[in-house]
Amino acid sequence: MDTLIEVKNLTLKFKTDEGLITAVEDVSFSLNRGEVMGLVGESGSGKSVTAKSLMNLNAMNAVYSPESSITLHSAQEEIDVLSLKKPADLKVVRGGAISMIFQEPMASFAPSITIGKQMIEQLQLHSDMSKQKAREISIEMLDRVGISDPSRRVDQYAFELSGGMRQRAMIAMALSTKPRLLIADEPTTALDVTIQAQVLDLMKDLVKDFNMSIIFITHDLGVVAQTADKVSVMYLGRIIEEGSVRDVINSPKHPYTKGMLAALPRLDDLDSPLKPIPGDIPSPLERPSGCVFNTRCGEVLGDQCSADIPSFTSFGKSRRVACHLYKDGSGA
Amino acid sequence: MADLVKVENLSVSYKIGGGLFSQNYLKAVNNVSLTIKRGSFFGLVGESGSGKTTLGRALLNAVPISSGSAHYDDGDVSYELSKLDKTQLADYRKRAQLIFQDPYAALSPRMTVRDIIAEPIEVMKLASDREEIDSRVRTIASRCRLNLEHLRRFPHAFSGGQRQRISIARALVSDPRLVIADEAVAALDVSIQADVLNLLKSLQKDMGLTFMFISHDLSVVAHICDHVAVMYLGRLVESAPTRELFKAPKHPYTKALFSAIPSLNPDDQGTAQRLEGEIPSPTNQPSGCKFHTRCPHAIDICKKEEPSLQQTDPQHEVACHRWKELFNT
Repeated sequence: MDTLIEVKNLTLKFKTDEGLITAVEDVSFSLNRGEVMGLVGESGSGKSVTAKSLMNLNAMNAVYSPESSITLHSAQEEIDVLSLKKPADLKVVRGGAISMIFQEPMASFAPSITIGKQMIEQLQLHSDMSKQKAREISIEMLDRVGISDPSRRVDQYAFELSGGMRQRAMIAMALSTKPRLLIADEPTTALDVTIQAQVLDLMKDLVKDFNMSIIFITHDLGVVAQTADKVSVMYLGRIIEEGSVRDVINSPKHPYTKGMLAALPRLDDLDSPLKPIPGDIPSPLERPSGCVFNTRCGEVLGDQCSADIPSFTSFGKSRRVACHLYKDGSGA
Repeated sequence: MADLVKVENLSVSYKIGGGLFSQNYLKAVNNVSLTIKRGSFFGLVGESGSGKTTLGRALLNAVPISSGSAHYDDGDVSYELSKLDKTQLADYRKRAQLIFQDPYAALSPRMTVRDIIAEPIEVMKLASDREEIDSRVRTIASRCRLNLEHLRRFPHAFSGGQRQRISIARALVSDPRLVIADEAVAALDVSIQADVLNLLKSLQKDMGLTFMFISHDLSVVAHICDHVAVMYLGRLVESAPTRELFKAPKHPYTKALFSAIPSLNPDDQGTAQRLEGEIPSPTNQPSGCKFHTRCPHAIDICKKEEPSLQQTDPQHEVACHRWKELFNT
């Protein structure tokens, strides 16, 4: 499989009145074509900011470190995403090669413009197709994502659709430009479970049909288990563990991943008590030194956890854990 | 155990639109009967639009009951909720309290934590002097694992989990008997959620509280509740002790709801039974069984007749025409 996008040493800080706030620190990963990656973490872990960086879409006060690089590979060329400045160049990435769908579909559609008009507008922005053709494609896409009566729906406004329908329309819009990567930021969090199951099924189908890659941002490990091939777990702006979904969920290695799984209420085990991770997620203004998780970790080894940032230890081809427990490479 | 709340054929309607001579009503809760035992953790689940929040509000007397009755009896007092006079209502407010979903929206940013927790005492005139108020605030705060230092600060200084503990302290400061927790952990991260759930459970035991826990998250409900009721489009479709409900659901909707939860096991795919379509609009409800439009087992009678709630086991009730043939194994 060929690599689609490569992120290297991504470090991103936001300039604020209270000083520089580190949102993402030294994040590296790569994604192949047709691969589905889960990006998991709690609020403030930097997963959305990381994903937005892939489109150079972060707020104006974002400062990338000089070592940060994001490379988008295509058959013809390699694009250095972070160096893009001109709107015309950015357009090739934003909505062209990469599309994004968000958690709250009501907030993502303009309320006073019909769904169809919004879909047509972006199709015309990214190609020189006629309005008539763009409309046909829009209707086709709405039909593909399972919206009944698409030729009528295309002229409706977002408020006329139910939550599940809106998210389907959002997916249709995101995929109509045939992106190579879809970033889905908590796409089913606002939906009911039965609707969530339908939308997840749809997305799994679409990956195959369009041979596209997906980055699934979520806090729900169940959603990741059902959709992704591999998963990266983030905490306070760092990736602390990554590997295949099966490995990470069935045998987590990092104390944070272990803790998160133990805190999760599981239907297949109603007897064991829920074990919360002690303490609270530190404020980004008070980032712990050393390992970012050392303030809440139950397996702290002593001074080294609060002094040194742990480097990655690899287990096999795709599994990496950043924890001092596994420094010797064998695993504790 | 005696019943704390006994609801019989309760309906709540909201007036929507209509003109001078016509009035349209939306029945958010439709003919619901249930009992909540004293000291229990009662779960209420269902998708958005199923009426679970409205039912919770009706039990708090925060929305008017259109028909039916809700009886409250905690041993000291006994009230019929639709017929409370002013003094009874004031007393009932102390006995029934609410915890909200969003701890960021529920706390005034301009009040200190001490003032937030003390406000119910002042409004309900539960204490006469400042010293007594302070001692009550301190007692409940420490029960909710907030320290004295926290009381002087403002909500913005706290994380989501801490804020929810402040909300809980405020709800419990009047020493209520019934607490309605409406999606109380839905906005929290998993590592924090477990902490708040454990706190609720231990407070329930220590203070002898009865909880109605409204949630869309079935895994959470399965872990914390003793008894669970499932709602669909304003109706109660199934109600049973938690273990029994999760082990052997007898309503096709309950079963579908469970199978829609994404499993943590990556190999456990495809076995799930998918529900087609979406919950119908409450202003345009289907005839017969409200679930027949999405039910994989619907037959003719389901479209014509609305099933009544039948007892299948001592504490298990289900409203389905076909439960016997489908799930009576």
